[in-house]
Amino acid sequence: MKLLKNLLKEPAFVFGVCLFSLTILLALLGPLFVKINIGSEYLPYIQPGSEGLALGSDHGGRDMVSMLISGLQNSLYVGFLAGIIATTLGTFLGVYAGFKGGFIDNFINMVTNLFLVIPSFVVLLLISSSLEGGRSLQLIAVIIGFTIWPWTARSVRAQTSSLKSSEHINLARVNGADTFCILTKHILPYLLSYVFMVFIIQVASGILQEASISMLGLGPYDSVSLGIIMNDAMRNEALGDGAWWAFVPASMLITSIVFALYALNTSMEGVFNPALRK
Amino acid sequence: MPNKNVIFEAKDLVKEFGHGKTHNVVLKGLNFEIEDGEIVTIVGGSACGKSVVAKHLLGFMQPTKGELFYKGKKITNQRDHWQTVQPIFQDPFSAFNQFFSIRSQLEDSFKVLYKRPSRAEIKERVDAALLAVNVMPSDLKEKFPFELSGGQMQRMLLARIFALKPQVLIADEATSMVDACVRANILDYLMKLKKELNMTIVFITHDIGLAYYVSDRIFVMHDGGIVEHGTPDEVALHPKSNHTIQLLEDIPDIHKDWIKRKRA
Repeated sequence: MKLLKNLLKEPAFVFGVCLFSLTILLALLGPLFVKINIGSEYLPYIQPGSEGLALGSDHGGRDMVSMLISGLQNSLYVGFLAGIIATTLGTFLGVYAGFKGGFIDNFINMVTNLFLVIPSFVVLLLISSSLEGGRSLQLIAVIIGFTIWPWTARSVRAQTSSLKSSEHINLARVNGADTFCILTKHILPYLLSYVFMVFIIQVASGILQEASISMLGLGPYDSVSLGIIMNDAMRNEALGDGAWWAFVPASMLITSIVFALYALNTSMEGVFNPALRK
Repeated sequence: MPNKNVIFEAKDLVKEFGHGKTHNVVLKGLNFEIEDGEIVTIVGGSACGKSVVAKHLLGFMQPTKGELFYKGKKITNQRDHWQTVQPIFQDPFSAFNQFFSIRSQLEDSFKVLYKRPSRAEIKERVDAALLAVNVMPSDLKEKFPFELSGGQMQRMLLARIFALKPQVLIADEATSMVDACVRANILDYLMKLKKELNMTIVFITHDIGLAYYVSDRIFVMHDGGIVEHGTPDEVALHPKSNHTIQLLEDIPDIHKDWIKRKRA
Protein backbone atom coordinates (compact mmCIF):
# COMPACT_ATOMS: atom_id res chain seq x y z
CA MET A 1 0.00 0.00 0.00
CA LYS A 2 2.75 2.37 1.02
CA LEU A 3 4.59 1.39 -2.13
CA LEU A 4 1.58 2.28 -4.24
CA LYS A 5 1.28 5.61 -2.44
CA ASN A 6 4.92 6.36 -3.17
CA LEU A 7 4.44 5.34 -6.77
CA LEU A 8 1.44 7.60 -7.16
CA LYS A 9 3.56 10.51 -5.97
CA GLU A 10 5.83 10.06 -8.99
CA PRO A 11 4.48 12.13 -11.90
CA ALA A 12 6.29 9.89 -14.38
CA PHE A 13 4.51 6.83 -12.98
CA VAL A 14 1.07 8.42 -13.18
CA PHE A 15 1.82 9.64 -16.69
CA GLY A 16 3.08 6.22 -17.78
CA VAL A 17 0.12 4.38 -16.28
CA CYS A 18 -2.37 6.74 -17.90
CA LEU A 19 -0.76 6.62 -21.32
CA PHE A 20 -0.35 2.86 -21.26
CA SER A 21 -3.89 2.26 -19.99
CA LEU A 22 -5.17 4.46 -22.80
CA THR A 23 -3.47 2.34 -25.44
CA ILE A 24 -4.69 -0.88 -23.78
CA LEU A 25 -8.22 0.51 -23.61
CA LEU A 26 -8.04 1.51 -27.24
CA ALA A 27 -7.00 -2.02 -28.19
CA LEU A 28 -9.60 -3.72 -25.99
CA LEU A 29 -12.60 -1.43 -26.29
CA GLY A 30 -11.96 0.00 -29.76
CA PRO A 31 -13.79 -2.85 -31.55
CA LEU A 32 -16.92 -2.09 -29.48
CA PHE A 33 -17.21 1.37 -30.98
CA VAL A 34 -15.78 0.91 -34.45
CA LYS A 35 -16.75 -1.79 -36.88
CA ILE A 36 -13.48 -3.53 -37.69
CA ASN A 37 -13.19 -3.67 -41.44
CA ILE A 38 -9.94 -4.98 -42.87
CA GLY A 39 -10.30 -6.09 -46.42
CA SER A 40 -13.88 -7.29 -46.06
CA GLU A 41 -15.19 -4.38 -48.07
CA TYR A 42 -12.80 -2.24 -50.04
CA LEU A 43 -12.91 1.51 -49.90
CA PRO A 44 -11.49 3.98 -52.38
CA TYR A 45 -7.66 4.14 -52.20
CA ILE A 46 -5.79 6.73 -50.11
CA GLN A 47 -8.76 8.74 -48.97
CA PRO A 48 -8.03 11.43 -46.39
CA GLY A 49 -10.10 11.51 -43.21
CA SER A 50 -13.74 12.37 -43.67
CA GLU A 51 -17.05 11.76 -41.99
CA GLY A 52 -17.50 8.04 -41.26
CA LEU A 53 -13.86 7.42 -42.14
CA ALA A 54 -11.99 9.20 -39.36
CA LEU A 55 -8.45 8.49 -40.56
CA GLY A 56 -9.11 7.77 -44.17
CA SER A 57 -8.01 4.68 -46.06
CA ASP A 58 -4.64 3.29 -47.12
CA HIS A 59 -3.25 2.14 -50.45
CA GLY A 60 -5.11 -1.15 -50.20
CA GLY A 61 -8.42 0.60 -49.66
CA ARG A 62 -8.63 -0.45 -46.02
CA ASP A 63 -10.03 1.63 -43.17
CA MET A 64 -7.11 3.10 -41.20
CA VAL A 65 -8.93 3.17 -37.86
CA SER A 66 -9.67 -0.56 -38.12
CA MET A 67 -6.08 -1.21 -39.17
CA LEU A 68 -4.70 0.76 -36.23
CA ILE A 69 -6.92 -0.95 -33.64
CA SER A 70 -6.17 -4.46 -34.77
CA GLY A 71 -2.50 -3.58 -35.37
CA LEU A 72 -2.30 -2.26 -31.84
CA GLN A 73 -3.87 -5.44 -30.46
CA ASN A 74 -1.39 -7.61 -32.31
CA SER A 75 1.63 -5.47 -31.43
CA LEU A 76 0.70 -5.54 -27.74
CA TYR A 77 0.17 -9.28 -27.96
CA VAL A 78 3.59 -9.83 -29.50
CA GLY A 79 5.18 -7.49 -26.95
CA PHE A 80 3.63 -9.21 -23.94
CA LEU A 81 4.28 -12.72 -25.21
CA ALA A 82 7.92 -11.88 -26.03
CA GLY A 83 8.26 -10.09 -22.67
CA ILE A 84 6.88 -13.04 -20.74
CA ILE A 85 9.15 -15.51 -22.54
CA ALA A 86 12.27 -13.35 -22.17
CA THR A 87 11.60 -12.50 -18.52
CA THR A 88 10.78 -16.07 -17.49
CA LEU A 89 13.74 -17.57 -19.29
CA GLY A 90 16.17 -14.87 -18.20
CA THR A 91 15.01 -14.88 -14.59
CA PHE A 92 15.13 -18.65 -14.31
CA LEU A 93 18.62 -18.95 -15.83
CA GLY A 94 19.92 -15.93 -13.91
CA VAL A 95 18.64 -17.08 -10.52
CA TYR A 96 19.84 -20.62 -11.03
CA ALA A 97 23.29 -19.60 -12.24
CA GLY A 98 23.72 -16.99 -9.54
CA PHE A 99 22.72 -19.35 -6.78
CA LYS A 100 24.54 -22.48 -7.93
CA GLY A 101 27.82 -20.80 -8.82
CA GLY A 102 30.78 -22.86 -9.98
CA PHE A 103 30.59 -24.81 -13.22
CA ILE A 104 26.85 -24.28 -13.84
CA ASP A 105 27.28 -20.54 -13.35
CA ASN A 106 30.24 -20.44 -15.74
CA PHE A 107 28.38 -22.43 -18.33
CA ILE A 108 25.18 -20.35 -18.22
CA ASN A 109 27.31 -17.21 -18.20
CA MET A 110 29.11 -18.38 -21.30
CA VAL A 111 25.83 -19.05 -23.11
CA THR A 112 24.49 -15.66 -22.00
CA ASN A 113 27.59 -13.88 -23.23
CA LEU A 114 27.40 -15.76 -26.49
CA PHE A 115 23.84 -14.51 -27.00
CA LEU A 116 24.92 -11.01 -26.00
CA VAL A 117 27.75 -10.71 -28.53
CA ILE A 118 25.72 -12.15 -31.40
CA PRO A 119 23.66 -9.18 -32.62
CA SER A 120 20.18 -10.43 -31.77
CA PHE A 121 18.50 -8.31 -34.39
CA VAL A 122 20.49 -9.98 -37.14
CA VAL A 123 19.55 -13.39 -35.77
CA LEU A 124 15.95 -12.26 -35.66
CA LEU A 125 16.15 -11.17 -39.30
CA LEU A 126 17.82 -14.39 -40.38
CA ILE A 127 15.30 -16.59 -38.60
CA SER A 128 12.26 -14.68 -39.78
CA SER A 129 13.49 -14.50 -43.36
CA SER A 130 14.12 -18.25 -43.42
CA LEU A 131 10.59 -18.96 -42.21
CA GLU A 132 8.93 -17.99 -45.49
CA GLY A 133 5.77 -20.05 -45.17
CA GLY A 134 4.41 -19.92 -41.68
CA ARG A 135 5.51 -16.67 -40.09
CA SER A 136 2.70 -16.26 -37.61
CA LEU A 137 2.32 -13.65 -34.92
CA GLN A 138 3.07 -16.20 -32.17
CA LEU A 139 6.19 -17.42 -33.91
CA ILE A 140 7.53 -13.89 -34.26
CA ALA A 141 6.84 -13.30 -30.56
CA VAL A 142 8.61 -16.52 -29.57
CA ILE A 143 11.64 -15.69 -31.71
CA ILE A 144 11.86 -12.21 -30.20
CA GLY A 145 11.47 -13.66 -26.71
CA PHE A 146 14.31 -16.09 -27.28
CA THR A 147 16.67 -13.38 -28.54
CA ILE A 148 16.18 -10.68 -25.91
CA TRP A 149 16.53 -12.71 -22.67
CA PRO A 150 20.32 -12.40 -22.06
CA TRP A 151 20.21 -8.98 -20.38
CA THR A 152 17.60 -10.21 -17.94
CA ALA A 153 19.65 -13.31 -17.16
CA ARG A 154 22.74 -11.25 -16.62
CA SER A 155 21.30 -8.68 -14.27
CA VAL A 156 19.23 -11.22 -12.33
CA ARG A 157 22.33 -13.37 -11.93
CA ALA A 158 24.28 -10.47 -10.47
CA GLN A 159 21.50 -9.69 -8.00
CA THR A 160 21.16 -13.34 -7.00
CA SER A 161 24.81 -13.88 -6.32
CA SER A 162 24.93 -10.86 -4.03
CA LEU A 163 21.75 -12.06 -2.27
CA LYS A 164 23.19 -15.54 -1.91
CA SER A 165 25.61 -14.50 0.80
CA SER A 166 22.84 -12.95 2.89
CA GLU A 167 22.29 -14.68 6.19
CA HIS A 168 18.64 -15.50 5.63
CA ILE A 169 19.76 -17.90 2.89
CA ASN A 170 22.08 -19.64 5.34
CA LEU A 171 19.23 -19.83 7.83
CA ALA A 172 16.98 -21.37 5.16
CA ARG A 173 19.69 -23.93 4.49
CA VAL A 174 20.07 -24.97 8.11
CA ASN A 175 16.26 -25.08 8.22
CA GLY A 176 16.54 -27.87 5.69
CA ALA A 177 15.24 -25.99 2.62
CA ASP A 178 16.22 -27.52 -0.73
CA THR A 179 17.46 -25.54 -3.74
CA PHE A 180 13.99 -25.15 -5.25
CA CYS A 181 12.55 -23.84 -1.99
CA ILE A 182 15.46 -21.42 -1.51
CA LEU A 183 15.09 -20.08 -5.05
CA THR A 184 11.33 -19.64 -4.93
CA LYS A 185 10.80 -18.63 -1.31
CA HIS A 186 13.99 -16.91 -0.29
CA ILE A 187 15.46 -15.36 -3.45
CA LEU A 188 12.66 -14.65 -5.94
CA PRO A 189 10.52 -12.54 -3.59
CA TYR A 190 13.50 -10.22 -3.08
CA LEU A 191 13.90 -9.88 -6.84
CA LEU A 192 10.23 -9.48 -7.75
CA SER A 193 10.17 -5.71 -8.00
CA TYR A 194 13.32 -5.82 -10.10
CA VAL A 195 12.00 -8.60 -12.34
CA PHE A 196 8.80 -6.63 -12.86
CA MET A 197 10.80 -3.63 -14.01
CA VAL A 198 12.77 -5.84 -16.36
CA PHE A 199 9.52 -7.28 -17.68
CA ILE A 200 8.24 -3.83 -18.58
CA ILE A 201 11.39 -3.07 -20.52
CA GLN A 202 11.24 -6.44 -22.26
CA VAL A 203 7.63 -5.79 -23.35
CA ALA A 204 8.70 -2.43 -24.76
CA SER A 205 11.62 -3.97 -26.53
CA GLY A 206 9.40 -6.79 -27.87
CA ILE A 207 7.04 -4.22 -29.39
CA LEU A 208 9.95 -2.28 -30.90
CA GLN A 209 11.64 -5.38 -32.30
CA GLU A 210 8.39 -6.56 -33.88
CA ALA A 211 7.83 -3.13 -35.41
CA SER A 212 11.39 -3.12 -36.76
CA ILE A 213 11.27 -6.50 -38.45
CA SER A 214 7.76 -5.91 -39.76
CA MET A 215 8.84 -2.58 -41.16
CA LEU A 216 11.58 -4.40 -43.05
CA GLY A 217 8.92 -6.70 -44.46
CA LEU A 218 9.72 -9.74 -42.35
CA GLY A 219 6.74 -9.56 -40.03
CA PRO A 220 3.82 -11.95 -39.70
CA TYR A 221 2.02 -12.81 -42.94
CA ASP A 222 -1.39 -13.46 -41.61
CA SER A 223 -2.13 -10.41 -39.50
CA VAL A 224 -1.79 -6.66 -39.22
CA SER A 225 0.59 -5.06 -36.73
CA LEU A 226 1.77 -1.51 -36.22
CA GLY A 227 5.04 -2.41 -37.95
CA ILE A 228 3.18 -3.87 -40.90
CA ILE A 229 1.16 -0.67 -41.32
CA MET A 230 4.46 1.19 -41.48
CA ASN A 231 5.80 -1.33 -43.97
CA ASP A 232 2.73 -0.92 -46.19
CA ALA A 233 3.07 2.84 -46.07
CA MET A 234 6.76 2.58 -46.96
CA ARG A 235 6.22 0.16 -49.85
CA ASN A 236 3.46 2.28 -51.35
CA GLU A 237 5.43 5.50 -50.93
CA ALA A 238 2.81 7.12 -48.76
CA LEU A 239 5.23 9.92 -47.94
CA GLY A 240 5.52 10.88 -51.60
CA ASP A 241 1.74 10.86 -51.95
CA GLY A 242 1.39 13.09 -48.91
CA ALA A 243 -0.78 10.41 -47.24
CA TRP A 244 0.41 11.15 -43.71
CA TRP A 245 -2.53 9.23 -42.19
CA ALA A 246 -1.03 6.00 -43.50
CA PHE A 247 2.01 6.13 -41.19
CA VAL A 248 1.87 8.99 -38.66
CA PRO A 249 -0.83 7.50 -36.38
CA ALA A 250 0.91 4.09 -36.32
CA SER A 251 4.30 5.56 -35.48
CA MET A 252 2.73 7.74 -32.81
CA LEU A 253 1.13 4.70 -31.24
CA ILE A 254 4.42 2.79 -31.17
CA THR A 255 6.20 5.79 -29.71
CA SER A 256 3.61 6.37 -27.02
CA ILE A 257 3.48 2.73 -25.88
CA VAL A 258 7.24 2.47 -25.61
CA PHE A 259 7.49 5.90 -24.03
CA ALA A 260 4.81 4.99 -21.46
CA LEU A 261 6.59 1.74 -20.58
CA TYR A 262 9.96 3.46 -20.18
CA ALA A 263 8.37 6.15 -18.03
CA LEU A 264 6.87 3.42 -15.83
CA ASN A 265 10.21 1.70 -15.54
CA THR A 266 12.22 4.76 -14.55
CA SER A 267 9.62 5.94 -12.06
CA MET A 268 9.54 2.51 -10.41
CA GLU A 269 13.28 2.46 -10.10
CA GLY A 270 13.07 5.64 -8.10
CA VAL A 271 10.60 4.08 -5.67
CA PHE A 272 11.98 0.55 -5.41
CA ASN A 273 15.55 1.69 -4.93
CA PRO A 274 15.66 3.65 -1.68
CA ALA A 275 19.01 5.19 -2.59
CA LEU A 276 17.35 7.05 -5.47
CA ARG A 277 14.47 8.35 -3.36
CA LYS A 278 14.39 12.06 -2.92
CA MET B 1 41.25 -41.59 25.38
CA PRO B 2 39.04 -42.60 28.31
CA ASN B 3 36.70 -40.25 30.18
CA LYS B 4 36.72 -37.88 27.28
CA ASN B 5 33.83 -37.56 24.93
CA VAL B 6 35.26 -35.66 21.99
CA ILE B 7 32.65 -34.45 19.53
CA PHE B 8 34.70 -32.25 17.20
CA GLU B 9 38.23 -33.19 16.28
CA ALA B 10 40.31 -31.24 13.78
CA LYS B 11 43.53 -32.68 12.39
CA ASP B 12 45.81 -30.33 10.45
CA LEU B 13 42.84 -28.38 9.14
CA VAL B 14 43.90 -26.26 6.16
CA LYS B 15 41.64 -24.00 4.13
CA GLU B 16 42.82 -22.18 1.03
CA PHE B 17 40.93 -19.77 -1.20
CA GLY B 18 41.66 -18.56 -4.73
CA HIS B 19 44.41 -19.34 -7.20
CA GLY B 20 47.57 -17.60 -8.36
CA LYS B 21 47.79 -14.01 -7.19
CA THR B 22 44.61 -14.23 -5.12
CA HIS B 23 45.70 -17.44 -3.42
CA ASN B 24 45.14 -17.14 0.29
CA VAL B 25 45.70 -19.67 3.06
CA VAL B 26 43.11 -18.87 5.70
CA LEU B 27 43.52 -21.82 8.05
CA LYS B 28 47.09 -23.02 8.48
CA GLY B 29 46.87 -26.50 9.93
CA LEU B 30 44.59 -26.32 12.96
CA ASN B 31 44.51 -29.07 15.56
CA PHE B 32 41.87 -29.01 18.25
CA GLU B 33 39.33 -31.06 20.10
CA ILE B 34 35.99 -29.96 21.48
CA GLU B 35 34.40 -32.11 24.13
CA ASP B 36 30.76 -32.85 24.68
CA GLY B 37 29.00 -30.38 26.94
CA GLU B 38 31.70 -27.74 27.15
CA ILE B 39 31.65 -24.13 26.13
CA VAL B 40 34.57 -23.34 23.91
CA THR B 41 35.30 -19.83 22.78
CA ILE B 42 37.39 -19.06 19.73
CA VAL B 43 38.82 -15.56 20.13
CA GLY B 44 40.77 -13.56 17.61
CA GLY B 45 41.03 -10.25 15.79
CA SER B 46 39.50 -9.60 12.40
CA ALA B 47 40.51 -11.87 9.54
CA CYS B 48 42.18 -14.43 11.80
CA GLY B 49 40.02 -17.19 10.34
CA LYS B 50 37.63 -17.73 13.23
CA SER B 51 34.49 -17.44 11.11
CA VAL B 52 35.95 -19.89 8.61
CA VAL B 53 36.35 -22.36 11.47
CA ALA B 54 32.68 -21.82 12.32
CA LYS B 55 31.69 -22.50 8.73
CA HIS B 56 33.64 -25.75 8.80
CA LEU B 57 32.04 -26.81 12.07
CA LEU B 58 28.63 -26.13 10.53
CA GLY B 59 29.43 -28.07 7.41
CA PHE B 60 29.11 -25.01 5.15
CA MET B 61 32.71 -25.48 4.02
CA GLN B 62 34.99 -28.42 3.42
CA PRO B 63 38.69 -28.23 4.35
CA THR B 64 41.26 -28.08 1.55
CA LYS B 65 43.60 -30.38 3.47
CA GLY B 66 43.38 -32.16 6.77
CA GLU B 67 40.33 -33.62 8.42
CA LEU B 68 37.49 -32.54 10.62
CA PHE B 69 35.56 -35.20 12.49
CA TYR B 70 32.19 -34.88 14.15
CA LYS B 71 31.60 -37.76 16.56
CA GLY B 72 34.37 -39.70 14.85
CA LYS B 73 33.01 -39.23 11.32
CA LYS B 74 33.72 -36.73 8.58
CA ILE B 75 30.96 -34.27 7.79
CA THR B 76 29.73 -35.43 4.39
CA ASN B 77 26.00 -34.81 4.41
CA GLN B 78 25.04 -31.31 5.54
CA ARG B 79 21.45 -32.23 6.31
CA ASP B 80 22.55 -35.11 8.57
CA HIS B 81 24.92 -32.74 10.30
CA TRP B 82 22.25 -30.11 10.95
CA GLN B 83 20.10 -32.62 12.81
CA THR B 84 22.31 -31.99 15.82
CA VAL B 85 24.48 -28.96 15.02
CA GLN B 86 22.79 -25.58 14.60
CA PRO B 87 24.01 -21.98 14.37
CA ILE B 88 23.16 -18.54 15.63
CA PHE B 89 24.24 -15.91 13.15
CA GLN B 90 25.94 -12.61 13.63
CA ASP B 91 23.56 -10.27 11.87
CA PRO B 92 20.03 -10.54 13.22
CA PHE B 93 18.73 -7.96 10.74
CA SER B 94 19.41 -10.07 7.68
CA ALA B 95 18.88 -13.46 9.31
CA PHE B 96 15.17 -13.76 8.57
CA ASN B 97 13.34 -13.65 5.26
CA GLN B 98 11.48 -10.32 5.16
CA PHE B 99 8.55 -11.77 3.22
CA PHE B 100 7.33 -14.31 5.77
CA SER B 101 6.21 -13.96 9.35
CA ILE B 102 8.73 -14.80 12.08
CA ARG B 103 6.41 -17.40 13.51
CA SER B 104 6.13 -19.29 10.22
CA GLN B 105 9.90 -19.23 9.85
CA LEU B 106 10.39 -20.60 13.35
CA GLU B 107 7.96 -23.39 12.54
CA ASP B 108 9.74 -23.99 9.22
CA SER B 109 12.97 -24.72 11.05
CA PHE B 110 11.64 -28.14 12.02
CA LYS B 111 11.79 -29.08 8.34
CA VAL B 112 15.46 -29.89 8.78
CA LEU B 113 14.64 -32.79 11.11
CA TYR B 114 14.13 -36.22 9.61
CA LYS B 115 11.82 -37.11 12.49
CA ARG B 116 9.45 -34.18 12.32
CA PRO B 117 7.11 -33.63 15.26
CA SER B 118 3.38 -33.27 14.64
CA ARG B 119 1.95 -29.82 13.84
CA ALA B 120 0.49 -29.50 17.31
CA GLU B 121 3.79 -30.38 18.91
CA ILE B 122 5.66 -27.91 16.70
CA LYS B 123 3.26 -25.19 17.79
CA GLU B 124 3.74 -26.13 21.40
CA ARG B 125 7.53 -26.22 21.13
CA VAL B 126 7.65 -22.84 19.39
CA ASP B 127 5.42 -21.34 22.09
CA ALA B 128 7.64 -22.79 24.82
CA ALA B 129 10.76 -21.53 23.05
CA LEU B 130 9.31 -18.02 22.78
CA LEU B 131 8.49 -18.03 26.47
CA ALA B 132 12.04 -19.20 27.19
CA VAL B 133 13.36 -15.99 25.62
CA ASN B 134 10.69 -13.90 27.38
CA VAL B 135 8.46 -13.21 24.41
CA MET B 136 4.73 -13.79 24.75
CA PRO B 137 3.65 -15.91 21.79
CA SER B 138 0.54 -13.73 21.48
CA ASP B 139 2.74 -10.66 20.98
CA LEU B 140 4.43 -12.20 17.99
CA LYS B 141 1.36 -13.50 16.19
CA GLU B 142 1.76 -12.32 12.62
CA LYS B 143 4.81 -10.09 13.07
CA PHE B 144 7.27 -9.76 10.23
CA PRO B 145 11.04 -9.43 10.69
CA PHE B 146 11.07 -5.73 9.80
CA GLU B 147 8.69 -5.03 12.67
CA LEU B 148 11.19 -6.18 15.30
CA SER B 149 14.34 -4.56 16.69
CA GLY B 150 17.78 -6.11 16.35
CA GLY B 151 17.76 -7.37 19.93
CA GLN B 152 14.35 -8.97 19.47
CA MET B 153 15.47 -10.66 16.27
CA GLN B 154 18.56 -12.02 17.96
CA ARG B 155 16.24 -13.47 20.60
CA MET B 156 14.17 -15.05 17.82
CA LEU B 157 17.31 -16.77 16.58
CA LEU B 158 17.81 -18.04 20.12
CA ALA B 159 14.18 -19.13 20.32
CA ARG B 160 14.84 -21.19 17.23
CA ILE B 161 17.58 -23.02 19.13
CA PHE B 162 15.33 -23.48 22.18
CA ALA B 163 12.71 -25.03 19.91
CA LEU B 164 15.03 -27.31 17.93
CA LYS B 165 17.15 -28.35 20.92
CA PRO B 166 20.29 -29.32 18.98
CA GLN B 167 23.24 -30.95 20.74
CA VAL B 168 25.75 -28.42 19.50
CA LEU B 169 25.37 -24.68 19.00
CA ILE B 170 27.78 -22.65 16.90
CA ALA B 171 27.39 -18.98 17.79
CA ASP B 172 29.39 -16.87 15.36
CA GLU B 173 29.69 -13.36 16.80
CA ALA B 174 26.17 -13.79 18.13
CA THR B 175 26.34 -10.69 20.28
CA SER B 176 28.46 -8.33 18.24
CA MET B 177 25.60 -6.49 16.53
CA VAL B 178 23.49 -5.81 19.62
CA ASP B 179 23.92 -3.30 22.42
CA ALA B 180 25.49 -4.12 25.78
CA CYS B 181 22.18 -4.59 27.54
CA VAL B 182 20.86 -7.09 24.99
CA ARG B 183 24.26 -8.78 24.99
CA ALA B 184 24.03 -9.59 28.69
CA ASN B 185 20.53 -10.86 28.09
CA ILE B 186 21.59 -13.15 25.29
CA LEU B 187 24.47 -14.54 27.30
CA ASP B 188 22.01 -15.34 30.06
CA TYR B 189 19.86 -17.26 27.61
CA LEU B 190 22.88 -19.12 26.29
CA MET B 191 23.78 -20.17 29.82
CA LYS B 192 20.19 -21.26 30.32
CA LEU B 193 20.40 -23.39 27.17
CA LYS B 194 23.60 -24.92 28.36
CA LYS B 195 22.09 -25.71 31.75
CA GLU B 196 18.80 -27.11 30.44
CA LEU B 197 20.06 -29.14 27.54
CA ASN B 198 23.70 -29.71 28.44
CA MET B 199 24.47 -28.28 25.05
CA THR B 200 27.96 -27.96 23.62
CA ILE B 201 28.47 -24.34 22.65
CA VAL B 202 31.18 -23.05 20.35
CA PHE B 203 31.31 -19.34 20.80
CA ILE B 204 33.12 -17.20 18.27
CA THR B 205 34.01 -13.67 19.22
CA HIS B 206 36.64 -10.95 19.08
CA ASP B 207 35.89 -9.99 22.67
CA ILE B 208 38.24 -11.81 25.03
CA GLY B 209 36.54 -10.21 28.03
CA LEU B 210 33.30 -11.91 27.11
CA ALA B 211 35.12 -15.17 26.45
CA TYR B 212 36.60 -15.07 29.93
CA TYR B 213 33.20 -15.04 31.60
CA VAL B 214 31.36 -17.64 29.55
CA SER B 215 33.79 -20.33 28.51
CA ASP B 216 35.25 -23.55 29.85
CA ARG B 217 38.14 -23.27 27.41
CA ILE B 218 39.43 -20.52 25.18
CA PHE B 219 41.26 -20.86 21.85
CA VAL B 220 43.10 -17.76 20.74
CA MET B 221 43.52 -17.54 16.98
CA HIS B 222 45.85 -15.39 14.96
CA ASP B 223 46.53 -15.46 11.24
CA GLY B 224 44.95 -18.85 10.62
CA GLY B 225 46.50 -20.68 13.55
CA ILE B 226 45.69 -21.33 17.20
CA VAL B 227 48.37 -19.45 19.15
CA GLU B 228 47.17 -20.31 22.63
CA HIS B 229 44.53 -22.36 24.35
CA GLY B 230 43.53 -23.23 27.87
CA THR B 231 41.06 -22.42 30.62
CA PRO B 232 39.93 -18.79 30.89
CA ASP B 233 42.19 -18.23 33.88
CA GLU B 234 45.22 -19.67 32.14
CA VAL B 235 44.64 -17.59 29.03
CA ALA B 236 43.49 -14.33 30.57
CA LEU B 237 45.66 -14.22 33.70
CA HIS B 238 48.81 -15.86 32.42
CA PRO B 239 48.90 -15.25 28.69
CA LYS B 240 51.91 -16.66 26.91
CA SER B 241 51.37 -15.40 23.40
CA ASN B 242 51.88 -11.79 22.36
CA HIS B 243 48.65 -11.91 20.41
CA THR B 244 46.70 -12.84 23.53
CA ILE B 245 48.33 -9.99 25.42
CA GLN B 246 47.40 -7.70 22.57
CA LEU B 247 43.76 -8.83 22.72
CA LEU B 248 43.70 -8.36 26.48
CA GLU B 249 45.15 -4.88 26.16
CA ASP B 250 42.52 -3.96 23.63
CA ILE B 251 39.75 -4.27 26.22
CA PRO B 252 38.64 -0.65 26.65
CA ASP B 253 40.75 1.07 29.33
CA ILE B 254 37.83 2.92 30.77
CA HIS B 255 36.42 -0.40 31.88
CA LYS B 256 39.66 -1.48 33.55
CA ASP B 257 39.91 1.85 35.27
CA TRP B 258 36.42 1.52 36.63
CA ILE B 259 37.10 -1.97 38.03
CA LYS B 260 40.31 -0.71 39.66
CA ARG B 261 38.47 2.16 41.35
CA LYS B 262 35.67 -0.11 42.45
CA ARG B 263 38.16 -2.45 44.09
CA ALA B 264 40.07 0.35 45.79
